[in-house]
Amino acid sequence: MSLAVCLEMQLKAKQLDWRSASFHGATALATLLIVGIIALILGNIIWNGAAQVSLRFVVGGTTEGMFDTQKAGIFPMIFGTVALVFLMTIAVVPVGVITAIYLTEYARHESPITRVIRGAINNLAGVPSIVFGLFGLGFFVQFVGGGIDRFFYGGALHYAKPALIWAAATMAVLTLPVVIVATEEALRAVPNGFREGSLALGATKLETIRKVVLPQAMPGILTGAILAVGRGAGEVAPIMFTGAAYYLAHLPKAATDQFMHLGYHVFVLSTQSPDIERTKPILYGTVLVLLVLTFLLNLTAVLVRAGIRAKLRTAHG
Amino acid sequence: MDNTVFELTKLNFWYGPSQALYDVDVTIRRNQNTALIGPSGCGKSTLLRCLNRMNDLIERTRVQGSIMLHGQDVYAPEVDVIELRKRVGMVFQKSNPFPKSIADNIAYGLRIQGVTAKGELSDRIEASLRKAALWDEVKDRLQESAMALSGGQQQRLCIARAIAVEPEVLLMDEPCSALDPVATAKIEELIQDLKKEYTIVIVTHNMQQAARVSDYTAFFYLGKLVEFDATTKIFTNPANKQTEDYVTGRFG
Repeated sequence: MSLAVCLEMQLKAKQLDWRSASFHGATALATLLIVGIIALILGNIIWNGAAQVSLRFVVGGTTEGMFDTQKAGIFPMIFGTVALVFLMTIAVVPVGVITAIYLTEYARHESPITRVIRGAINNLAGVPSIVFGLFGLGFFVQFVGGGIDRFFYGGALHYAKPALIWAAATMAVLTLPVVIVATEEALRAVPNGFREGSLALGATKLETIRKVVLPQAMPGILTGAILAVGRGAGEVAPIMFTGAAYYLAHLPKAATDQFMHLGYHVFVLSTQSPDIERTKPILYGTVLVLLVLTFLLNLTAVLVRAGIRAKLRTAHG
Repeated sequence: MDNTVFELTKLNFWYGPSQALYDVDVTIRRNQNTALIGPSGCGKSTLLRCLNRMNDLIERTRVQGSIMLHGQDVYAPEVDVIELRKRVGMVFQKSNPFPKSIADNIAYGLRIQGVTAKGELSDRIEASLRKAALWDEVKDRLQESAMALSGGQQQRLCIARAIAVEPEVLLMDEPCSALDPVATAKIEELIQDLKKEYTIVIVTHNMQQAARVSDYTAFFYLGKLVEFDATTKIFTNPANKQTEDYVTGRFG
C-alpha cells in the first residue's frame, strides 16, 4: 500500500469518526431538548402551583368562592375527573377489546372489509377532539338521550342534556382506537402454537380465546387501557358540550347529572376569571393536581399490569 | 368391519391457487403406526393436518376428494369439527405447552370435555403422565410451570395432554425435530408403546425414525403419493426408484 492511499484512508476514517460523533451529539442534544422542555413545564407548574395546593384546596368545595385563592377548593373537579375516567374505562375497554378480538381472531385478514375497518379505526384516531365533542352532543345527548326521553319518559327531560354518562361515552369513543390497536398488538404477539394446541384438544374458538389467548394478552391490553386513561384524563374539548359544567354547587348525584372537571376548570380559570392575575395561583394549583391525578391513575394501572406480568412469569417458569 | 381407521380417496388440496396434494389415496390402519415421509414441501404435513381439519384455520384453502373416518367423511358439512378433534388428537413440531402448571396443561382438555371433579381430574392427570412416561420426572412438581421443563419433557407433556382426552388417533407432526438424540429416543420408545392403545400417524424428516417406529410408510414427492407400503418393504425393497433413492439418502 502506498503512502498516499494510506493517508487518504486515515483521512476518511477521521471524517467518518467526526461524522458519527456529531450525529451522536445531535441525537443526545435532541433528547436533552425534550427533557429540558418537560423539566421546564413541570418546574413552572410546581413552582407556581405548590403554594396553592393544600389539604383545604384539595378537599374543599366551590361554594365559598370559586375565584378566591384563600377559599377556593377543587374537590368537585377531582371527583368529576375520576368519575369520568372511571366510567370511560368501563365503556371503552370491553368494546375496544372485543373489536380487536374480531379483527385478529375472526375477520379474514386479507379481506377488503377488514382493511376498511382498520382504516376507519386509524382515521378515528386522527379526528380532532373538538369534533368528538360535537359528535357527542349530536349523537349521545340529542339522539340517544333524546330517544330515551321520547320512548320512556314521554318527552320529559331526563337524558337529553349534558351529563356525566354522555361525556364518558364521548371520551370512550375518542380513546377507542388506542385500546383497539394496543389489544390487537397484544393478541398478535400470542404465538399461534397456543391456539393450535388448544383447538387440537377439541376446544372451541371461544374457549381458546378466553382461556389461552386473552390471559396471555392481558398485560398488552392493560397497556392500552393505561394509554386511554392518560388521554381521557387530560382531554377537555370532548366534554365541553357533553357534560362538564362551569360551576355546580353540588357533586353529581347520578350519571345523568353534569359534573365539574379539572381540565375544564383550567379552561374556565384562564378564560372566564374576573381577574386572571389574582386567580393565577388557583389555576396553577389545579394544573398541578391534574398532573398528579393523571400520574396516580397511570400508576395504578401500571401496578395492576405489573402484578399480572409477575403472575404470567411464574407460569412461564 | 376391517381395521381401517382413515380411508383417503383421491385427496386434492390447495393453498389459494397452488396445489399441495394430488389424488392421494392412503389407508390408515388401527393400532398401527403410519409414517409420512418425503422432502420438505412434499405435502406430508398438509396431509396430516387434513386428518383433524387443522387446515381449516388457514385462509383460502380448498379440499377435494374424501377422507373417511370409520366410513364418515370428515369434511362433510354435518361433521362437528370440535368432536373430530377430540377423537383425532395432535402433537406439534414445536412443543407448545400452555404457560400454565404441568397439571393444568393436562386438565385443560379434560375441563373442556366437562371433567371437573377433583378426584377424577387428578387420576386422569396421573394416568396420562404415566402413559407418556413423564410421571416419575414431574410427580413432585405438578403445580410448577410447564415452561420450566426441558424440550423433551415439554414434548412428552404435549403427548400426555393429547392422550388425556382419550382420542382414538394421534397425529404427530415431526415431534422430535427440535429435540436432542436422548429425548428423541425416549419419544420413539413412547410412540412404540402407545401403539397398543392408539392409532398413530407421524410425519418425520428422519428416515431412521420412520424405519424404527412405523409399521407402514407413505413416501410423498411434490404433493403426490409415490409409494405406500409396509415399512419393511419401503426400506428394503421399494417398488419405485424414487423411493429407493430417497430412503437410501441419494436425494431429499
